[in-house]
Amino acid sequence: MNPLSKKDVEHIAKLAYIKLSKKETEDLRMQLSNILSHFASLSTVKTDGIEATGHTTDSNTVMRNDHPEQPLDQNDVLRNAPDRDGEFVRVRPVLE
Amino acid sequence: MLLTEMVSSLEYVPYWNKPKHQMTTQVNNSDLHFASVRELRSKFNKREISSSEVTKVTLDRIATLEPRLNTFITVTPENAIRDAKLADERLQGTGQEPTALTGVPVMVKDNFSTKDVPTTAASNILKGYIPPYDGTVVSLLKQAGAVILGKGNLDEFAMGSSNETSAFGPVHNPWDTERVPGGSSGGASAAVAAGQCFMAFGSDTGGSIRQPAAFCGVVGMKPTYGLVSRFGLLAFGSSLDQIGPLTRTVADCSDALNIISSHDHRDSTSVSAPFTDFGQELDIGIAEMNIGVPKEYLVEGIEPGVRSAFEASLKTLESLGANVSETSLPLTDHALAVYYIIAPSEASANLSRYDGVKYGLGFLNANNSAQATESARGEGFGDEVKRRILLGTYALSAGYYDAFYKKAQQVRTLIRREFTDSFLKFDALVTPTSPNVAFKIGGKINDPFQMYMNDVCTIPVNIAGLPSISVPGGMSEGLPVGLQFIGPQFGDTTVIRAAAAYERATNWHKNHPLI
Repeated sequence: MNPLSKKDVEHIAKLAYIKLSKKETEDLRMQLSNILSHFASLSTVKTDGIEATGHTTDSNTVMRNDHPEQPLDQNDVLRNAPDRDGEFVRVRPVLE
Repeated sequence: MLLTEMVSSLEYVPYWNKPKHQMTTQVNNSDLHFASVRELRSKFNKREISSSEVTKVTLDRIATLEPRLNTFITVTPENAIRDAKLADERLQGTGQEPTALTGVPVMVKDNFSTKDVPTTAASNILKGYIPPYDGTVVSLLKQAGAVILGKGNLDEFAMGSSNETSAFGPVHNPWDTERVPGGSSGGASAAVAAGQCFMAFGSDTGGSIRQPAAFCGVVGMKPTYGLVSRFGLLAFGSSLDQIGPLTRTVADCSDALNIISSHDHRDSTSVSAPFTDFGQELDIGIAEMNIGVPKEYLVEGIEPGVRSAFEASLKTLESLGANVSETSLPLTDHALAVYYIIAPSEASANLSRYDGVKYGLGFLNANNSAQATESARGEGFGDEVKRRILLGTYALSAGYYDAFYKKAQQVRTLIRREFTDSFLKFDALVTPTSPNVAFKIGGKINDPFQMYMNDVCTIPVNIAGLPSISVPGGMSEGLPVGLQFIGPQFGDTTVIRAAAAYERATNWHKNHPLI
């Protein structure tokens, strides 16, 4: 497969919400291209009609009775927020 | 002088209160520090030592060795001393019935959520994060009366094979402090090997318990996927992650699994074990057991010392009456590619939660929310974590999903089938745990693909969700070599049986590093 371009790396970094420096972008371009080139061999494995495995055990939706349970302590949860206003977590503007 | 007298004559001053120049450099390599948990329990029962005493000497040993090993990110001495006191009441019959782990000083890897104790996953993005709850395994350990000494160093978010990607610095291998302890549970394996705790609990996504156990000469087991709850384990690759113990003996390993394995409604992939005791086959030996040696695991590039140790181990297994024969698992060659598509894809989704809003680094001066998140993640994540998130994002992105992610999941099905077929013929498979012994710190960190190759023998097991144990299986160039047994799904008791028989026939597990 073709090596990744600088634009490819910038695109996936944007999708992943990660700010990269110029040097990081270039290093990652080379490293990811190298890693992906090792994956090309997978295309030689015949998989027509083979189902995909997501989990190796059955993953079931867990049901419980609709009784309220003891919630986490509000203060224990909010103490970790970088920007807090009383009972609220404050975020930077989402819509400009 | 009896050890108990020695301990009580010590005035206990925790190391963080000691001036630097008073730090002891003399290491007391007494037998106690290298005792198995079963031996320690027997000392408790005979009243030779109390949990409080053993906890204090272990904390002192941690203090002495930490400047050289860096196995802990956080030590919690006050909690440990308090819990040891409670454990002593249980051991003296005045509290709840004691368990196999009551009073035993243990470490948990720092990707286990611990209420009111910082949990970092060795990442800058979680510096200062204090969880509001205990994960299931931590709760079970506390209920059992184990004494948690603190949180073990690891590769950032458990992504690495050398413990060098930790934001808190590398862990040093106690056998040779210029070398890595393996990863990602490198703090756990090094601490057990160095006598800084009596057992440790790690997580294994592609070998992160077994490979460091091999590098440090201890026992490490990844049970069948689903047998130990992942609730409260900071998620990396959810379909691959599994918690397990690192111990000095196989018996300690099965005792630990009996405590931490349980069905948990808070983990939708949790399953109940079809057996009641992980150690139920511990003593029955391996006469007539059919053991396969998949030739693909003796990869090109395997170190000669590892190969000869492995061949000697096969002779030992034969001498114990096992039928050992070569077999082939041709898809093994594709396992690395499957893993390095599936694990980063799952990681890219799991780690999207670290946005600097509810916890973590906040960028309060950013113009908008998206910029704040990009900056938090750009500064908070280290190189390897960024690499894997981007790799996963790429594999899941429009136009590549079918070629990478779906294809990898289909090959995963075929790899599982290959194992299933193999277990029609064999009770267990045996392989080296890693193609090499512990390498020098800095030796591979600049070549990500070379680093990934370290896990070539452990990764297929996670892909198929199988149980697998690594036990000390020889020495090469003065460093431990690991021997890995792999069993069929829910064949946990079989791999423990094989490992225990091998351990009884060898002395490798009795070797300890001279620190």
